[in-house]
Amino acid sequence: MRADARGRGGRTLPVAGVVLAFLALWYLGALLGNWTGAADALARAGGTPGIDAVAAATMAQERPVVPAPHQVAQELGRSLFGLPVTSKRSLAYHASVTLSATLLGFGIGAALGGALAVAIVHLRSVERSLMPWIVASQTVPILAVAPIVIVALGAAGLTGLLPKAVIAAYLCFFPVTVGLVKGLTSPERMLSDLMRTYSAGRAQTLWRLRLPAALPALFAALKIAVAASLVGTIVGELPTGAQAGIGARLLAGSYYGQTIQIWAALFAAAGLSALLVAAVSLAEAGAARLTGARR
Amino acid sequence: MTGRGRHPGRAPARAMVLAPALAGAACAAGLALCLLVHRPGFAGQAGPGFWAATAGLWLLATLAASDLAALEPRHPLARQAVFLAVPALFGLLVLALWELVTVGAGVPAVLMPPPSAIAVRFVQGGPTLAADFVQTFVKAALPGYALGNLTGLALAILADRVPVLRRGVMPVANFASALPIVGVAPIMVMWFGFDWPSKAAVVALLTFFPMLVQASAGLAAAGRLERDLMRSYAAEYGQTLRLLRLPAALPFLFTALKVNATLALIGAIVAEFFGTPIVGMGFRISIEAARLALDMVWAEIALAALAGSAFYGLVALAERATTRRPPARRTA
Repeated sequence: MRADARGRGGRTLPVAGVVLAFLALWYLGALLGNWTGAADALARAGGTPGIDAVAAATMAQERPVVPAPHQVAQELGRSLFGLPVTSKRSLAYHASVTLSATLLGFGIGAALGGALAVAIVHLRSVERSLMPWIVASQTVPILAVAPIVIVALGAAGLTGLLPKAVIAAYLCFFPVTVGLVKGLTSPERMLSDLMRTYSAGRAQTLWRLRLPAALPALFAALKIAVAASLVGTIVGELPTGAQAGIGARLLAGSYYGQTIQIWAALFAAAGLSALLVAAVSLAEAGAARLTGARR
Repeated sequence: MTGRGRHPGRAPARAMVLAPALAGAACAAGLALCLLVHRPGFAGQAGPGFWAATAGLWLLATLAASDLAALEPRHPLARQAVFLAVPALFGLLVLALWELVTVGAGVPAVLMPPPSAIAVRFVQGGPTLAADFVQTFVKAALPGYALGNLTGLALAILADRVPVLRRGVMPVANFASALPIVGVAPIMVMWFGFDWPSKAAVVALLTFFPMLVQASAGLAAAGRLERDLMRSYAAEYGQTLRLLRLPAALPFLFTALKVNATLALIGAIVAEFFGTPIVGMGFRISIEAARLALDMVWAEIALAALAGSAFYGLVALAERATTRRPPARRTA
């Protein structure tokens, strides 16, 4: 524990440094990226603007090429907390739409991935016939065809959360399957033999030996899966059909040149992703305590 | 069935003949049904007899697959054949069922075209597909892939050289690799225009973080003993890097290269949804989907799947060629 705390203490400063450097670079990028636009705008307004005036203008444009960090922060604060949650212009509303589809997709994908993993571990013909296709399924850029899946499912009468959740589920089942298969087969030979001498059935071996042993691998996979699920949902929101969600917000921002809105939506997505991964970590800690794992 | 699976290598000679025979029968039956379903009287109005035959085909193929999977032939070539035959049978079954259901039940083509229609479209639309492939894969995905991997590797080496940087960059990189980076596509389109540079930029950003994370882990993989040995040879940092640590990092680098191979194509296609010139796989997919020409959309999907798998396969082959060493020597 103590060594861990010390290790983290040694990291805070460098991380803060990197983040600060990132912000500084960002401001510099805003300054340079918006310079011509700001100078032109001021020149059109009349007079010859001084350098300081142009520099100030680069930070406060309405549709900047590179919005300054504080502009994005303001937009985030305004659209997250400044508007009622039910408003279509509220980012919180869009984030909640995305979040619900992400969670639904994650649930479906994790359940499917888990079921596949259990089947693969227990049935040889399933392993032989499915495993190569499961691996191959990931070389198919499904994310790229996500909008079509949405359109096709929409034509079949499925609209709303489910089509997006299907994309999300497709993206997250794979890490869960692979991670869980690895975890379920991780107990040593001796332990499975022991279970056999207890005359434990397959189900008992699964519940009492394999599953507890698989928890670390499972949660590592779930973290990847939940992040993938969010990406899938956002991309699923891109096509014409979606009116709500972070993806729709990105697309609308790109159509109307609302750069600040795009950046704010991006940061909201990043925050959502961090929250989801943190939630899985929390569940992991809870599960570890429940099974009495030694850390 | 499970009883047979528990005694590998003891499959009776009868099963060695029976399983391939069953598989062959399943293939023949599938082909016959697929030909039959296109005859007038079946397409769109298949009767219960036809569906019973389809269910029978399903059963037959499943039986054949599980019998094949239980085989444990001694000869390595035969083993390889079984290893390939089982998934191949499953894939063919899926294709056959898809064809039978869509044609037999008369599913409208705007919903789900049969594989045969997609194959025809794939052949007919050859020039269009080729142009899209060049625009999306050759011009956008490949340069972005190269750029992202090289910069990721370069930053990993830099962070390895400067410990403070490493402690600062790695947590940020780990965090960033969980972010939905494809979302930057609209910004990149705004910055670099509609043509391929903006797509390459998205791909570069997407592939950058996995490479950074994996390369950092890989650079730490060389053993203490070997490093001390290099030091006792008075090897420079660059020499140690080139002769010991990069070779030791190769498995990690290839993990990133393989992950990135899929990401690259995804990034390039998704970025095209935010604006393109009138060529490219993502452009074609969205435009044809809007026109409800789903056979063309599926042809593009098939192309993307082929290109993605081939790219991945090439990287995997390169991995096998460069990291083929006895594991004992790698971990000693």
